[in-house]
Amino acid sequence: MSWKVIDRNAAPDKAEAPVLTDALVEKIRVFLPRYETKRAALLPALHVVQDHFGYVSWQAMQELAELLEINASDVFDVVTFYTYFWTHPRGEKVVTVCRSTACAFMGADSVLDECKKVLGIGEHETTADGKFSLQTEECLATCDHAPCLYVNERCHKHVKPEDVRRIIEDPNNAKLDIERSTLFDGVKGA
Amino acid sequence: MVRTADPTNLSTYEPILLRHVGVPEARTLEGYRARGGYKAAEKALTQMSADDVIDEVKRANLRGRGGAGFPAGVKWSFLPKDRTVTYLCVNADESEPPTFSNRVLMENDPHALIEGTIIAGYATRATTAYIYMRGEFWEQFHIVQKAIDEAYAAGILGKDIFGSGYGLNVYIHRGGGAYVCGEETGLIESIEGKRGWPRIKPPFPAIEGLFRKPTVVNNVETLCNVPHIIERGADWFLGIGPEGSSGPKLFCISGPVKKPGCYEWAMDISLRELIEDPRFGGGMRDGKKVKAVFPGGISMGVVTGDELDMKMNFTDPAKFGLLGLGTAAAVVVDDSIDIRTVIRNVARFFSHESCGQCTQCREGTSWMFKMTDRLAGNLGRREDLDLLAEVSGNMGMMPGMSICGLSDGAAFAIKTVIKKFRSELEECIARENPEAVKIALEVVN
Repeated sequence: MSWKVIDRNAAPDKAEAPVLTDALVEKIRVFLPRYETKRAALLPALHVVQDHFGYVSWQAMQELAELLEINASDVFDVVTFYTYFWTHPRGEKVVTVCRSTACAFMGADSVLDECKKVLGIGEHETTADGKFSLQTEECLATCDHAPCLYVNERCHKHVKPEDVRRIIEDPNNAKLDIERSTLFDGVKGA
Repeated sequence: MVRTADPTNLSTYEPILLRHVGVPEARTLEGYRARGGYKAAEKALTQMSADDVIDEVKRANLRGRGGAGFPAGVKWSFLPKDRTVTYLCVNADESEPPTFSNRVLMENDPHALIEGTIIAGYATRATTAYIYMRGEFWEQFHIVQKAIDEAYAAGILGKDIFGSGYGLNVYIHRGGGAYVCGEETGLIESIEGKRGWPRIKPPFPAIEGLFRKPTVVNNVETLCNVPHIIERGADWFLGIGPEGSSGPKLFCISGPVKKPGCYEWAMDISLRELIEDPRFGGGMRDGKKVKAVFPGGISMGVVTGDELDMKMNFTDPAKFGLLGLGTAAAVVVDDSIDIRTVIRNVARFFSHESCGQCTQCREGTSWMFKMTDRLAGNLGRREDLDLLAEVSGNMGMMPGMSICGLSDGAAFAIKTVIKKFRSELEECIARENPEAVKIALEVVN
């Protein structure tokens, strides 16, 4: 979707220690028998990596490539195609504001503006303390609750601009009130 | 909260697909079985042959609920007879604004999806089914995964289901938030661990799909209909709604209406009823007026406030210049919203989600966004409207130029807005400051 230039001088070939720990590799191996090819486990593996680190680093991509017996460029290709995956560190909590039709007509713009004001950052930026990142997304399929705002996995419904500060300051704003599957660890803080 | 059809009107219509909305115990296996769940799967697997199941679904003329409306039974019968491995993919990628019916189904009735998957898997002789769920469906993932775990523990999934000798594994494959992965071959590529780039057809997935094996891709809502067809018969299904658009259908309504939500009805209601009837949308908020409606997801096109008598079935939308029924998810634009911001929002969606494989879609959608962005910023020109109409007329599968239908959707959304709201757009342009436009153009060129 978009081109990304890597500074070859700045990107180290390989770190001393692998970033994928044995526990993570074990977690990824669970997905291998599900598919005919090793490569097909790439998306689940990326989810596991992103859940653990918050983003998919260049180093992790290389190690995933080795694990799944594909080229590192193929991993990079996939990571950059899907908007869900981050290639750089993000905040502990990611605030996502939907910007598609139903939310837009119900006032998502003013919710986004309020988020920017409360957090003091712009779109696709992270606060200096590393607590929050702010992003917008296209339709998140919660149009009946428009305008909606996600904090990590948790959906906040019918958000008004005056609710934003309360939602962001609430320590439990990312907590899901349902039982979680252990297959994917999920974003930290959930 | 998700609302179903008004309980006081149950005499005229009893919800079928949404019968478990607001029934939390139906999410669990015991709750679902206590309410008659998995009876249809047991009947299909123990009393019917795979061909019987296909014939029954074919006879019911169950048209795909994902957007294209292709009959599911016919799709299943395209599979080659001498195949050894078959894959079943469940499309739960749901990214079309403003559609959320699959989300409602998965949240409230995950076992109905699994039951439909088992029957479809049996009919197509698939031994592995992948539920392709978009990455942003976190809550829904946990709910459906828990249902799958329960089903495995009870022997409803895995080997030898209901003592029939048939075995099926169901896995959830989480995507990464790409709209184009809702296209069936894009979805297949994504499961294979690649970018979601749609494939050139033919060969169609039924011949060569996932891992180059015969594959069937069905929508969540389509599969949720299957158990009811098996349980109650094709004649019952054909008796609901008008001819050619039979069966229960989920309608989504969102925007500034009093009761946005997902509702179930036969396909004999009009768009006006969906918006104004107290059983559904309940009318507009704060006395606002309907300016425009995207009745089938934005890619199907727009209708004006004067065209609300359109019936929500598979045939009527074409009479109003739309691409089709689509996902039957309507979003209402009220009269306080500038049509230029609407067209800009729609164009941005498609330029963001175009996969970049076909030139006219990649370039066309991004240029349409640039032009509509300019329009919305009071810097539009009259020629822009003609140019937008020209660009949108030159992309898509229908002129035979692209691999998938994404550009058709982009074209229809823009084309219909330009056609139906041209006078308003021209008025907006006439109000602009011609000097500013001139200066802006000089800067650009």
